[in-house]
Amino acid sequence: MKIAIASGKGGTGKTTVATNLAEVAATDGRLVAYVDCDVEEPNGHLFLKPKIERQQAIDKRLPRVDLARCTHCGRCSQVCRYGAIACVGKQVLVFTELCHSCGGCLLACPTGALQEAPRPIGELRLGTAGPVRFAEGRLNVGEAMSPPAIRAVKAAAAKADLTVLDCPPGTSCPAIESVRGSNLVVLVTEPTPFGLHDLKLAVEMVRALKLPLAVVLNRCDIGDDQVRQFCASQWIAILADIPEDRRVAEAYSRGELACVAVPSFAESIRGLLGRFLQGAAL
Amino acid sequence: VKELVVISGKGGTGKTSVVAALATLAGPCVLADCDVDAADLHLIFEPKVIRREEFTGGSKARIKSGHCTACGKCEELCRFDAIALDGPGNGRAPRTFRIEATACEGCGVCVDHCAEGAIEFAPAVCGQWFVSETRCGPMVHARLGVAAENSGKLVTLVRRNAQEVARDRALPLVLCDGSPGIGCPVIASLTGASLALFVVEPTVSGVHDFRRVAQLAVRLNVPGLLAVNKADLNEALARELETLADEYAIPSVGRIPFDRDVTRAQVARKTVVEASEGPAATAIRRVWSAIRERLHLSAAPQTGGLVQINRPEDN
Repeated sequence: MKIAIASGKGGTGKTTVATNLAEVAATDGRLVAYVDCDVEEPNGHLFLKPKIERQQAIDKRLPRVDLARCTHCGRCSQVCRYGAIACVGKQVLVFTELCHSCGGCLLACPTGALQEAPRPIGELRLGTAGPVRFAEGRLNVGEAMSPPAIRAVKAAAAKADLTVLDCPPGTSCPAIESVRGSNLVVLVTEPTPFGLHDLKLAVEMVRALKLPLAVVLNRCDIGDDQVRQFCASQWIAILADIPEDRRVAEAYSRGELACVAVPSFAESIRGLLGRFLQGAAL
Repeated sequence: VKELVVISGKGGTGKTSVVAALATLAGPCVLADCDVDAADLHLIFEPKVIRREEFTGGSKARIKSGHCTACGKCEELCRFDAIALDGPGNGRAPRTFRIEATACEGCGVCVDHCAEGAIEFAPAVCGQWFVSETRCGPMVHARLGVAAENSGKLVTLVRRNAQEVARDRALPLVLCDGSPGIGCPVIASLTGASLALFVVEPTVSGVHDFRRVAQLAVRLNVPGLLAVNKADLNEALARELETLADEYAIPSVGRIPFDRDVTRAQVARKTVVEASEGPAATAIRRVWSAIRERLHLSAAPQTGGLVQINRPEDN
């Protein structure tokens, strides 16, 4: 089972839920993989403290010109919808940050002057954190496009009975790429106007992808009851209510797993795991 | 016109609450919500929309099932796994290929190589943007369509229009609410800005993510200021953040303590300085005085930079 932990709004507790869920499930003897899909700001490693066993570059394929064969016909720049390749006089310029690696220019080139060469855009890190199998993607600073790195980390992650995908915030390409293909999307939110508004956007996104979804209400005792009313009206299950707890926030601030530091929090996570195993949300 | 962009690296550190409070303190200014993915600023300011425009991003491919012969060329060439043999049948094929719109990146390769000319390729409306009136001045904001792309382009559009509004109305400041991360919308928010304010919380994640977004700002040549939010959660890490910021030549403009009034204000649809005289509101007032001094010294935003990040073909 692949469970994506996502949210519209940032900072609602995705990483807290994802890392603790992986830890609790693995401690109970299940084969668990934790996959950090937030390649722009990966934080799971700070809590799981994995031993990294394999590191490799995540490459993006970019066109490279063999000027000896180039006739400067301009076909490549005509077909590129991203404006990522331009024929200027006797030069062919590739704008790396605009290229989506679609391969269109290679197909269009009549003389075979274009080939593809890899360029690193990030790093893949695989290892183990106690019983948890760990995978993380890390985008290089300055790179604009995260979906290729997200695809790479998802493809490289170890097979497991329970795969927990820690997703980036938002509702556009990075979030979509992360939740795609999961069996259940769990949206972590908080009961505030910002939390509710971004939850609604995230629900729309998950529904557009036709994936099953459920909600975890974090810091459930702050704010108001609008999120609960929304979930009830939309027939969305709230799988766990996690109360605000200064001890959880402090453990988090230090990079500790809250399920170890705060027993009542571990119970909340164990309850959540139970709901998955029952298939209550599916 | 000066442009202050508020960012954080990590999400949920209080960017929007701080931006809203600063807007109240700054007097009339132009608000720009650059978190087009999950825009929240309008929840506090209840804007009255005076201009509404559609945002057209790239095109999306769509197979006309009546024309498809199920040859499979499109699926073979698509690098985004967007094409599958699960469309309706027709007279020639029991099943046809179908393109999943949420996976299509609009490269047009399938369109160019379909022997039957069976694939349409039309510009997709992927959002809307607005100019509104609020109690703190005009606001430019946007809504990205569900599962849409091109958030960086939309951010650039929001910023460009906010600067235009500021010039038209002779307002001295554009205040931008940024998005989390370091990817395309953040690069589009930061490039060419006068000054960045990093709102960071003293957690190991906050420190880790701040380091990456600070590196990005240095690389884009945007000067920055640091405000540690919920500073009392971990005093040691608050100090560490300030030391780290020094290394990037980012001066600290103050600490904001954890204060439940921040959430209470949000629930009441008010900024924390409108709703409270508590410790967070007091701290934000102090932070604003420090920012204002730095703003006087900073440069006007460079729209040339905006053009560069999205449309190098214009150069």
